[in-house]
Amino acid sequence: MAFFVEVLVGGLLAGVMYGLVALGFVLIYKASGVFNFAQGAMVFLGALTATGLEQQGVPLWLAIAMTAIFTVVLAILIERLILKPLLAQPPISLFMATLGLAFVIEGLAQAVWGNNARALDLGIPDVPLEWLLDSTGVGVSTFDLVASIIALALIGVLSAFFSLTKTGRALRAVADDTKAALSVGIPLERVLIIVWSAAGLVALVAGLLWGARNGVQYSLTLVALKAFPVLIIGGFSSIPGAFAGGLIIGASEKLADVYIGPMIGGGIESWFPYVLALLFLLVRPEGLFGDRIIRRV
Amino acid sequence: MKHFYKLATVLLSASALLAAPACADQPEQYIPVLSYRVGPFAANGASMFSGLIDYLNLTNAKGGINGVRITFEECETEYNTSRGVECYERLKDRQGGASVIETGSTGIAYALLDRLPQDKLPMTTMGYGRADAADGRVFPWVFPLISTYWSQAAAMVEYMAQQSGGMDRLKGKTIVDLYHDSAYGKESFPVLDHYAKEIGFNLIKIAIPAPGIEQQAQWLQIRQAKPDYVILWGFGVMNAAAMKAAARVGYPREKMIGSWWAGSEVDTVPAGDAAKGYLSMTFTAPGSFPVLEDIKGTLYDRGKGNLSGDAKFGSVSHVRGIVIGILMTEAIRAAQQKYGIGRPVTAEQVRWGYEHLVLDEKRLGEIGALGLIPPMKTSCADHEGSGAAMVQEWDGTNFIPKSKGWVAGDRALVRKLAEQSAAQYAADKNITPRDCGKED
Repeated sequence: MAFFVEVLVGGLLAGVMYGLVALGFVLIYKASGVFNFAQGAMVFLGALTATGLEQQGVPLWLAIAMTAIFTVVLAILIERLILKPLLAQPPISLFMATLGLAFVIEGLAQAVWGNNARALDLGIPDVPLEWLLDSTGVGVSTFDLVASIIALALIGVLSAFFSLTKTGRALRAVADDTKAALSVGIPLERVLIIVWSAAGLVALVAGLLWGARNGVQYSLTLVALKAFPVLIIGGFSSIPGAFAGGLIIGASEKLADVYIGPMIGGGIESWFPYVLALLFLLVRPEGLFGDRIIRRV
Repeated sequence: MKHFYKLATVLLSASALLAAPACADQPEQYIPVLSYRVGPFAANGASMFSGLIDYLNLTNAKGGINGVRITFEECETEYNTSRGVECYERLKDRQGGASVIETGSTGIAYALLDRLPQDKLPMTTMGYGRADAADGRVFPWVFPLISTYWSQAAAMVEYMAQQSGGMDRLKGKTIVDLYHDSAYGKESFPVLDHYAKEIGFNLIKIAIPAPGIEQQAQWLQIRQAKPDYVILWGFGVMNAAAMKAAARVGYPREKMIGSWWAGSEVDTVPAGDAAKGYLSMTFTAPGSFPVLEDIKGTLYDRGKGNLSGDAKFGSVSHVRGIVIGILMTEAIRAAQQKYGIGRPVTAEQVRWGYEHLVLDEKRLGEIGALGLIPPMKTSCADHEGSGAAMVQEWDGTNFIPKSKGWVAGDRALVRKLAEQSAAQYAADKNITPRDCGKED
């Protein structure tokens, strides 16, 4: 039983980390209806910039702060150079633009900061909590626990921002109907800059946590793969959905890998979440928390 | 930005080097370099191909191979098979024709396999590719030099046996093979399965789906199995993630033995303290060797090194590239001995050179590489040449030798497996194996 609990808890904690990555996608989709393919690249860029600055002798806390400022600057540049000229274009054009942006960010990040794999030490030990292990036999990593708390706090703050503040409501209005929002005087440019900045900051946090977990290297771009089934299950436009989807994917993929995997040759963790996501798509295409699709027929 | 400027400087230097006319009457030997310095595997590729170019430049700085200057040209493959094939086709006929190909990529190497006999061009696959290509009768143009995957797996079992007090002491022990869920990850299966059956140890295979960034479930299973050793047949981010996950469940890193593609600084540095004590196989020994000092003194101290910074000098990948260069120049040198000293040789003659490599302790000492690689001797039938590997340990900063010298498993077993597999390949492809008795 302790083993089952350990797998389940480990999966839930991993799921929160997936949810964190998914959150970046949700923010941009929620405000602009664009699936930002560059989110994985932004995770990589954030972690690489912070560790790159640290390697130049900048203290880590200052490197993180500088990277956060850089993220906002990048958001402004993206809005000015890519989004604004494409605003009147169909959503597929914007999607393709983010696809190109992903490759540009990945290439430039490595050209500027090099392609060395780096360690990132946030000062949080990645070892099991001894008291918990001794008393229950269940091993839970201190790092996983702290990372989950950080991710949950971020999800909470962003949820509150979207629902309680004037800017948050403006973002939702833009997402619901861009033209109507413009007609009532909501500044679209500012909204886009805010939302891309927020997504960039979320990517930075995700990059730092995943980077501290596995090292800062190119493969950080691949954490986005973990977010796709989370988005399908949780819904593309729901912040709590990203969290719930992450928990479902994290727990189910671990349990499936341990209890079903050995029966069918193992290694099912990579595709099992997509099976689950496909099933959800059939039953509830908008996801658990996504905006319900209502069509007039 | 520093790296950007350095990259630009390196590219300009390389262009200048290539553009610079050699002495008007100095003969030249051309080697295309199919490198990958950008993309997902750039961290390893950039160092490895810099190592190769460093050694070629060192050779030129010393007057070339018996006066024959090496010319080379890089083509960026990004570790992408289609780009690799494109580079191969673009470069193979340049400058009088390529001497040899080394892609550093399993995918590209497989894609070129059928083109090599038509182009009469040898290809080295050092530490990767088909293990059965060691049988030169069926694969006359492919050279999996030093050690193949199967030799590596056999050497791993041999090392574990040495640590346990003998091969029979492995009986009843539990060994987990944590493998990358790909063709590469399963390369060890024939050898490990054979040993498990023959000796009687419990072999548990656990797959990690690519990319392997999250391994909590697999490591909980490992902790439950309480294995005596964990073989990490990993690649890319999976390796650092495995070390971190091992630390998380409290599995000792000293009992983890990685394959050589899980045994470079790119794998250990990102794992931080969790990598300390971790073991891995290697076919190039860690440490300082005269050839490295020579490269440093001749090239790097004069600002002519190919790496974008000195930090990666002497890293595992950099040294692998240097060794590729050593084997290339030694094969050309051997070919010159037969076909004419001081004259460029054809690719077919270079193949002859690769089949007559004799890198004994004396020769390795002469080129400053004694102890850097195991002594090796190739032949028409044996394109591997050694079959030995070393176990190295990450001490938190550097790799240091762990095994006492080179370790080789059951070579007869590995050879038997290679011959069986090569025979099957020959049957499938309608290839008549060469009669090595009739080769000169």
